[in-house]
Amino acid sequence: MSRFFPHSLQVMVPDFTQLVYLVAIILFIIGLKRMSSPATARSGNIWSAVGMLMGIIVTLLDYHIVTFEMIIIGIIVGSLIGIVSAYKVEMTSMPEMVGLFNGFGGGASVLVAVGDFYRTAPMTHGNSELITVALSILIGSVTFSGSFIAFGKLRGIVSGNPITYSGQKIVNSILALVMFASGVLFVINPAENWYLLVLLIISLVLGVTLVIPIGGADMPVVICLLNSYSGLAAAATGFVLNNNLLIVSGALVGASGIILTYIMCQAMNRSLNNVLFGAFGSDIKAAGTMDTGDENKTIRRAEADDVAVMTAYAQNVIIVPGYGLAVAQAQHAIRDVANLLEEHGVNVKYGIHPVAGRMPGHMNVLLAEANVPYDQLYDMDEINPEFEHTDVVLVIGANDVVNPSARSNPGSPIYGMPILNVDQARTVVVFKRSLNPGFAGIDNELFYQENTYMFFGDAKKSLMALSAALKEVED
Amino acid sequence: MNLFVFVLASFVGFEVISKVPTTLHTPLMSGSNAISGITIIGALVVAGEASSTLTSWLGLIAIIFATINVVGGYAVTDRMLQMFKKKGSQR
Repeated sequence: MSRFFPHSLQVMVPDFTQLVYLVAIILFIIGLKRMSSPATARSGNIWSAVGMLMGIIVTLLDYHIVTFEMIIIGIIVGSLIGIVSAYKVEMTSMPEMVGLFNGFGGGASVLVAVGDFYRTAPMTHGNSELITVALSILIGSVTFSGSFIAFGKLRGIVSGNPITYSGQKIVNSILALVMFASGVLFVINPAENWYLLVLLIISLVLGVTLVIPIGGADMPVVICLLNSYSGLAAAATGFVLNNNLLIVSGALVGASGIILTYIMCQAMNRSLNNVLFGAFGSDIKAAGTMDTGDENKTIRRAEADDVAVMTAYAQNVIIVPGYGLAVAQAQHAIRDVANLLEEHGVNVKYGIHPVAGRMPGHMNVLLAEANVPYDQLYDMDEINPEFEHTDVVLVIGANDVVNPSARSNPGSPIYGMPILNVDQARTVVVFKRSLNPGFAGIDNELFYQENTYMFFGDAKKSLMALSAALKEVED
Repeated sequence: MNLFVFVLASFVGFEVISKVPTTLHTPLMSGSNAISGITIIGALVVAGEASSTLTSWLGLIAIIFATINVVGGYAVTDRMLQMFKKKGSQR
């Protein structure tokens, strides 16, 4: 294998390439471990990138690579596309970007499996090898086409609504069966190109048909899941090539994707099954809005000056941002408000619900971009016990994640979903465009509570008005 | 043998990743996503040892795809992580 040691030594010394692969694996694991704190995360990412570079270089040296033109062209083109898109993407579009990169990873796995299959004569493959080729094609293709549909849905190129038709599940089941059958036929008779092609095409189609019935708001879960698949695809390719580096890296990514999928589902109090096959967020919208107005509930309104006085003389203020904040591009405006409050001696924290953004931890990135220090950001379990000792909570662009009926009303569609208990604070100010219900289409009794004030208007404009008013408040 | 490696690595993955705080879940996702671009190694072998036009073209596209995944993934993760600052460090 290796050209670095004479033959007599190879018995004792493990293959040099394998050793470098082992180092690369260790670097990946250390890199992921350093992700456990924001202080070390950036260097962890670099460790991981170094591991990748080492893996690539030793592969180029060791294998009997004859043509470098294709490799050089490929790496230059890929790097350019990768770097330009990585630096141009808006932080709000991060879920699409990750989905897209993911799709390319899945696509690469398919191409490698197919390429490697044709590189060697078909009849020389053993059964287990053929099975891994088939698996690699299957998982990789579903990841590839599924990711592009998810990207399209988040971008609005494909309708964000769940696309459903009657018999959808039957169609999908038939597709899955055909896919499985062609996979088996391919393993039995690999010389027949036809089976491989059918397997490839059906897998690609299935990636599309599995993702289109899922609503745009559930895409983050899909992207986490596809992330996991792309890891599994890489691992499957590792089985094809008998390469431990690919297998281990793929397993690591697979695990991370599954954990994040699980966290997202928990935060929404829904099973993965329900997310994937429930077509949530379409019809319910119309049903929930009806029973709003007729109960004659009253709301209290507040303007910038009122909120400025309330908050400036408070001891503790917790800010609860939702995705509406990011939509209104108000991250910087909220940071300014927080800074002014701190100048008034107020203790400011941010309480962040796991599904506040469009992917896990998305809101934290959006706030970090606006220079909000990460030690002011608290997740749901950390902040929930604090609300009852808090003077003022500012809820901005969040709705369902602060709806107390998730806790109290078993009839509510979101009953059981973990929420931020903002209603326990002394005063709550809700920044909202209007009284329209949120994504789940459910009325929010928080708005009618005695200690709640509604501050209507565009989040960014309201926050700027609040900043201006805070500057007027004397200490 | 390969299966052993895969299962054990999955356990390591679960252990390490369950320690990552929610704050860093987005960078974690894009960072681990970059790692899944490791298929680039397979792509290099396919493109470099190509025995026919078909495989060398497949290899080329595979390299482009995988490089986008790797380079873009690491770059975008770095871009996000450099924004995370502690209170008091330069604003």
